Amino acid sequence: MGFQIADVTLNSRFFLGTASYPSPQILQEAIAASGAEVVTVGLKRQMAASGASTQNDFYAMIRSSGARLLPNTAGCRSAREAVTMSQMARELFGTHWIKLEVVGDEHTLQPDPFELVTAATELVRDGFEVFPYCTDDLVSCQRLLDAGCRILMPWGAPIGSGQGLRNPHALRTLRARLPGVPLIVDAGIGSPADAVQAMELGFDAVLLNSAVAHARDPVQMARAFKLGIESGRLAWEAGIMAQQDMAVASTPVTGRPFIL
Amino acid sequence: MTLINITLNGELRQVPADSSLAEALAGSGQPAQSFASAINGEFVARDARAQTVLADGDAIFTFQAITGG
Repeated sequence: MGFQIADVTLNSRFFLGTASYPSPQILQEAIAASGAEVVTVGLKRQMAASGASTQNDFYAMIRSSGARLLPNTAGCRSAREAVTMSQMARELFGTHWIKLEVVGDEHTLQPDPFELVTAATELVRDGFEVFPYCTDDLVSCQRLLDAGCRILMPWGAPIGSGQGLRNPHALRTLRARLPGVPLIVDAGIGSPADAVQAMELGFDAVLLNSAVAHARDPVQMARAFKLGIESGRLAWEAGIMAQQDMAVASTPVTGRPFIL
Repeated sequence: MTLINITLNGELRQVPADSSLAEALAGSGQPAQSFASAINGEFVARDARAQTVLADGDAIFTFQAITGG
């Protein structure tokens, strides 16, 4: 069933990254298998003697996939850098959507909440639809909403780590405290089970890259995630039963079958 | 002719004073719409490149589309 995000209706709740695939052909097939309608892309500073690179083949293929583009500001360390990068992305990709990334720590690539809020404030004022890659801290998420963000993308675990959801409690808290805000788990997803868990927590979508790109068979893994994300969403909508401490008989027998 | 020093993607260049950004970028051979540009960390829109006059010491960077996560 379709859902609304940033004024568009999407059918797929799977946002797919496009980096690190073995070939443009495999990336193309993975996008198709995933059913993703939104894919992330990036910007790279050109080298002094930059010629035509294989990156151009990848980008041409992504364009032809028909998926909506979500450019990122990967590599930015300050709000100022991220704002400039966003402006360049808007021109280059022809979209006002931006996945705002500002890294605050080199080892964990943890988002910097202060720089994020500064950049988001300026970008929203400039007409961008900001998808901030943020931590799962409730108050910094609220500040991003105050800055004008309409979507939040908290991490499940550090980028590329494949650790899954390290803090389900924090994610559950975000869902409970921010009803109606589109929430996307971005980063850290390792296996389809992690994506199922995110969707069962009531998240609106999942964004991942490495878990598909680094699979032995990225195309098949894209399909595995597609099914997992659909399954988790259906479960959330259906309502998951409450856990019980002890067994609760499911077959409606009348006492014991034989009195011996 | 007076020359000024600029850098283009980190490489030192000498260009005539009053050169525009568009002129400095023309040598790369890339189509104008295939990259984005910034001077001293500030974005310069494609349409503004011809009117943007370079100053001595300007650092120009260009960016291209790539895959991303």
